[in-house]
Amino acid sequence: MILIVIEHADGAPRKSAYELVSLARELASEGTSIAALVVGDDPDAVAQELANYVPRVVVVRDPQLAPPRAETMTRAVEHAARELGAELVLVSGSRAGLSYSPRVAMRLGAPLLEDVTSLTRDGEAIVATRLSYLARVTETVAAHGTPVVVSVKAGAAPVAEGAEGAGSVEPLEVTFEADDVRVGVAARRAVTRGRVALEDADVVVSGGRGFGSAERFEELVVGLAEALGAGVGSTRAVVDAGWRPYGEQIGQTGKTVAPRLYLALAVSGAVQHLSGMNRSKVIVAVNKDPDAPIFRVTDYGIVGDVLEVVPAIREAVAGEG
Amino acid sequence: MKIVTILKQVPDAEARVRSKDGTLDLSGATFVIDGMDEYGVEEALRIREGGADAEIVALAFGPKRTAEAIRTALAMGVDRAVHVLGDEPLDALATARVLAPLVRDEGADLVFVGGKQADWDSAALGPALAEALGWPHSDWTTSLTLGDGALEVIHDVDDGSETLTLPLPAVVTTQQGLNEPRYPTLPNIMKAKRKTLDTRALDEVAAAAGVSATSTTELRSAVIESRARRNVMIEGDAASAAAELVRRLRDEAKVL
Ligand SMILES: Cc1cc2nc3c(=O)[nH]c(=O)nc-3n(C[C@H](O)[C@H](O)[C@H](O)COP(=O)(O)OP(=O)(O)OC[C@H]3O[C@@H](n4cnc5c(N)ncnc54)[C@H](O)[C@@H]3O)c2cc1C
Ligand SMILES: Nc1ncnc2c1ncn2[C@@H]1O[C@H](COP(=O)(O)O)[C@@H](O)[C@H]1O
Repeated sequence: MILIVIEHADGAPRKSAYELVSLARELASEGTSIAALVVGDDPDAVAQELANYVPRVVVVRDPQLAPPRAETMTRAVEHAARELGAELVLVSGSRAGLSYSPRVAMRLGAPLLEDVTSLTRDGEAIVATRLSYLARVTETVAAHGTPVVVSVKAGAAPVAEGAEGAGSVEPLEVTFEADDVRVGVAARRAVTRGRVALEDADVVVSGGRGFGSAERFEELVVGLAEALGAGVGSTRAVVDAGWRPYGEQIGQTGKTVAPRLYLALAVSGAVQHLSGMNRSKVIVAVNKDPDAPIFRVTDYGIVGDVLEVVPAIREAVAGEG
Repeated sequence: MKIVTILKQVPDAEARVRSKDGTLDLSGATFVIDGMDEYGVEEALRIREGGADAEIVALAFGPKRTAEAIRTALAMGVDRAVHVLGDEPLDALATARVLAPLVRDEGADLVFVGGKQADWDSAALGPALAEALGWPHSDWTTSLTLGDGALEVIHDVDDGSETLTLPLPAVVTTQQGLNEPRYPTLPNIMKAKRKTLDTRALDEVAAAAGVSATSTTELRSAVIESRARRNVMIEGDAASAAAELVRRLRDEAKVL
């Protein structure tokens, strides 16, 4: 059976949850069942929603799971994988998933396929593709044995359609040891609240150092993002300048996104930045330098000043109604 | 206290990577210490410069050329180094299994691991090593304060950031923002040549610790595969270029 681990926020599954559902469906051969694991202090709404997609939902309810920590997640996923006899454990390639999945794999004595962009079966083996060398190289990696733990990159599979008939929802008890809760969460600062979460965004508007100030970035980049219902991204240069929080950085050391549309505005296109967005479906760049490396990976490019072109794009979008 | 910093040697970010017949050709690349590992080295040095009585040991697994990355760390100020010599790569979990006993033998209180390796784009080694040691970890760490037997860190999470408290010993994976790594000075480069670099064979290390030094995953191929792009440059003044862009995004690419 295939176990998918559901990430949720504000009482609803994240986009990654629906992507894991379709990936699990593709991999489920005859006789293989799919179960979703939903954990949290108040997971019922998410569990009910998942029951519209998979035949079985297993729910771990525990106040110690809010906020989730790497070690509590490790314990919950390890326990569910053993109890359910999972042959494959699929988790989101989010920061959280990338953080606990190696621990789960170590604990289960399982191989780990990390941050994969596709997953198939080849006889007894589970075969994945993943990116390496700052996302310039596509590797094919195989894992043998049971179970195999896999973290799945955003966008690796389409968002699933609902299934016919509702799945079962059942509780699962997990006992947390002292070591599972030894890390304390003293404070949390959300940066995406009220806006479209970057990972879930279909459209990302991303700005670079060329905006010159936090105020202009706010007015032009965030302004256009709001007009498009898009997520806001930025480069390291912008983050280092203190204009935007780290959580919005895209690239090797920031987030990886693969939206339908990515607008790179006054972004030079350094390899470390490209590695976080080069799988976007359509890439647009606006840059005053015609030789900026970003133009090598764009679908549509405009050579021009963002201070003029961005307001013009906003007007053109508004004009469309 | 004892701080261990894990090092990896990777191709320079600007290096041209080529592939042929499903295998990477890195022959033209210069290899450097992974930029992400430098943050860990720097942080360890700052902890000592902040007044902690700390010995700092670099620990690396990799082929012979890895010694150059180790020398960089020694020249930055690391006290001594251990190099586990293995010509074939190991996946992150196998590397963690091999390195964990050495970390334990050192009696380390704190281990730094680069947040994301620039060659395999992998963030798994830190958490895997922490699990092998039975220690807590913090990943994507942007700030760190050492207290009495504990750490307070700020690290990035999907929706923002968190302040965590971790009991020592612990594993911390780095992120840019943690610090600005220093460049080795010439006198320190000279001094580094006399520091101890203890090289041990992978097989012996694994046998002594009774762990398996084999990957559980198998790399079948590596190819350079870039997505075909339209590469359309839209001309005209700002207003007409913007209008044309929006039209094309809507009618041609169908993404608006
Ligand atoms: C270990 C490591 C990790 C890194 N990780 C990341 C990462 O995760 N993400 C990341 O983004 N970077 C990362 N970097 C940094 C990366 O190498 C680049 O330095 C960074 O992406 C540059 O940001 P930028 O494009 O905003 O700035 P710049 O490179 O300064 O580019 C600004 C661009 O704006 C254009 N411009 C200026 N004014 C205007 C205007 N008025 N109108 C139009 N265009 C204009 C310029 O022509 C230029 O192309 C990393 C580096 C290292 C060493
Ligand atoms: N570029 C790479 N990216 C990820 N894993 C790799 C890479 N190269 C080697 N490996 C891992 O190292 C193990 C041994 O590799 P090899 O000896 O090259 O077959 C494989 O099982 C892979 O999991």
